[in-house]
Amino acid sequence: MTEYLIEAHNLTRQFGRRRERVTAVDDVSLGISEGEVLCLVGESGCGKTTTGKLLAGLLKPSSGRIRYQGQDVWTQDKESFRKYRLGVQIIHQDPYASLNPSHTVHQILSAPLLHHNLVNGRRQARERVVELLQIVDLTPVEDFLTKYPHQLSGGQRQRVSVARALTVNPSFIVADEAVSMVDVSIRVSLLKMLSRLRMQLGVTFLFITHDLALAKFFAWEGRIAVMYVGSVVELTSTPELINNAQHPYTKALLAAVPEADPNLTRRKKPITLRSQDIPSLRNLPPGCRFHPRCPLFEEGLCDRVAPKLKSVGENGHQVACHRVTG
Amino acid sequence: MKDENATIWDTNPLSVRNLWVEYLGERGMVKAVRGVTFDLRPRESLAFIGESGCGKTTLGLALIRLLVKTARISQGEILYRRSGRETAVLKLKGREMRHFRWCECAMVFQSALNAFNPVLRIRDQMYDTIRAHWRMSQSEMRERALSLLRHVQLDPERVIDSYPHELSGGMRQRVLLAMSLLLDPQIIILDEPTTALDILTQRTILELLKSLKAEMGFSLMFISHDLSIAAELADRVATMYAGAIVELGLVYDIFYRPAHPYTLGLIRAVPTVTGDFQDLISIPGSPPDLIDLPTGCKFHIRCPYATDRCRQEEPTLEPYGPDHSVACFHVDQVRRDADAIWEGTGHVAAGEAA
Ligand SMILES: Nc1ncnc2c1ncn2[C@@H]1O[C@H](COP(=O)(O)OP(=O)(O)OP(=O)(O)O)[C@@H](O)[C@H]1O
Ligand SMILES: Nc1ncnc2c1ncn2[C@@H]1O[C@H](COP(=O)(O)OP(=O)(O)OP(=O)(O)O)[C@@H](O)[C@H]1O
Ligand SMILES: [Mg+2]
Ligand SMILES: [Mg+2]
Repeated sequence: MTEYLIEAHNLTRQFGRRRERVTAVDDVSLGISEGEVLCLVGESGCGKTTTGKLLAGLLKPSSGRIRYQGQDVWTQDKESFRKYRLGVQIIHQDPYASLNPSHTVHQILSAPLLHHNLVNGRRQARERVVELLQIVDLTPVEDFLTKYPHQLSGGQRQRVSVARALTVNPSFIVADEAVSMVDVSIRVSLLKMLSRLRMQLGVTFLFITHDLALAKFFAWEGRIAVMYVGSVVELTSTPELINNAQHPYTKALLAAVPEADPNLTRRKKPITLRSQDIPSLRNLPPGCRFHPRCPLFEEGLCDRVAPKLKSVGENGHQVACHRVTG
Repeated sequence: MKDENATIWDTNPLSVRNLWVEYLGERGMVKAVRGVTFDLRPRESLAFIGESGCGKTTLGLALIRLLVKTARISQGEILYRRSGRETAVLKLKGREMRHFRWCECAMVFQSALNAFNPVLRIRDQMYDTIRAHWRMSQSEMRERALSLLRHVQLDPERVIDSYPHELSGGMRQRVLLAMSLLLDPQIIILDEPTTALDILTQRTILELLKSLKAEMGFSLMFISHDLSIAAELADRVATMYAGAIVELGLVYDIFYRPAHPYTLGLIRAVPTVTGDFQDLISIPGSPPDLIDLPTGCKFHIRCPYATDRCRQEEPTLEPYGPDHSVACFHVDQVRRDADAIWEGTGHVAAGEAA
């Protein structure tokens, strides 16, 4: 077994009280090794952001554990927890909401440097800010230092968010839809910049996206976890997931996703599901959450017992489905 | 209700000629649509692609004349044809314009999912639309509404009595489609029809659009920044850059034989899911400020092919092969490079890896 930088064990998170209670993340277990990229995909509301926030320590799990560098993060002492929170940074889904509008780029980036005593004084802070802006390709740097967020384009703002995450030299970055809001022409250079951080600085990534094509591109050397209504239903290396998906939900997604290639996309044969309805978290189906829609549904089994993630085949390909056998 | 007049199949329902639209912004004039010319053919689906802010929505709004007060159409002509009659849309007034907007050409807006009136049931929103244009009895209206909801594959009896918040995003998108079809328009304009939807829901809507179009025979103009929707749905594709159409052609030509450096750049920047793994190339720089446009070709600052001529003179959209037009002085070279890329051989000139 590999040593994981960060691990989740039976992670569960609920929101709301009593009858309003929903389980946004349900019994998720996964581990990410140092320098690896794990991509979390799934439809809106399936719990991707919640999982990301749990791993980053921004939300406390209702049950289950998170281990960072081998230590249980919610039982460790204050000092270790502080180190963990600095080592793990999140780039938030919304680039508009996450930057303080009344601060310049220089202020946004130098504040955490000074606050955490990562530099000696203002001059060093400025040097580090310049360096960070160069890493995220916001050059010529002088043009950006005095700008406010509203004076930047979406892509530039997203780069500032990345630079801010880098101020504290994190070893793990949760990138939540970090490039989804930016235009195609700029998206690629952002993705390549993130890849460079991984390859040159050894940063580990949890890359969250609803866009399978982006997941494939960014995590080609890593793994993809597919989530459905709070649970991971399939987890394996990216090429394996794309070419040899096993879970009926993953297969349905791959068959349904339109492609930017007319021949490829028009030759697809969509898989017909038994129902179009995405289950409500307030009223979850018993057994496997996917069973009301699943083409492989078996009565008496799938509607009774929730399948656990188990290995099928080799290379650690994991699937949570009664009807898939290794 | 379909018009059986045979001539409508061979005249283009819509012709747009040299259309210019400007917004009066705080910093100055925003030139959002610049000299756009195209024909919408009978029963075709024409996609407009391009980056955020290039003027796609503005173009759609101009066609049905729903631009905000600060916008103005400074030049151009919009001609609409049905049953052998031609109408100059920009000359229509009040009631005629409202009739055109629903009964001839209907638009489903970007982020319209939130545009429903939350306190009205679906049926009341549909009846209001019908009542404004047609004379129908209550039971006829109900019939019409139910039939269209059935067409978009919803459970009509349930949905018609629902409030918007009781429906999922995909269901609301389908209701909007049904509403746009309510008065039997010949043209449907969809602005980002599936952007906010999940993959599986998006697929249902795409299949639905295909079958509705085959069945009802309208022409579809749709706007999307998502190239995969264009690849899936379009017969022809128009690439827009800085308010102008820079390339227009059959979908296969645009994707496999692009002739404008910007189209080529867009296509090379988008990954496929189930295709082979390919490296992606980014387009350097960002789109220009529409208030203070560069001289010459508006793409020249980001273009690897740019020469002095491109910096001084703006190329116009010119025919390049059958059913294909391009606005670029270096078409032949772009075409050669694109071919080389697709054969997987040769040096790639179109933008260096970021
Ligand atoms: N603070 C909260 N209070 C109550 N419910 C919440 C809260 N945060 C998330 N949820 C619910 O938990 C579920 C999962 O939300 P989450 O944001 O993790 O989804 P997601 O997969 O990131 O979706 P998207 O792709 O739309 O960003 C949703 O049903 C959401 O409404
Ligand atoms: N009401 C307005 N006042 C001033 N400028 C405007 C207004 N609406 C749009 N614009 C500007 O006009 C240009 C074209 O906008 P438009 O909404 O047509 O772009 P778009 O291609 O639809 O973009 P997106 O893909 O983001 O929807 C943009 O630069 C935009 O900032
Ligand atoms: Mg999210
Ligand atoms: Mg728009």
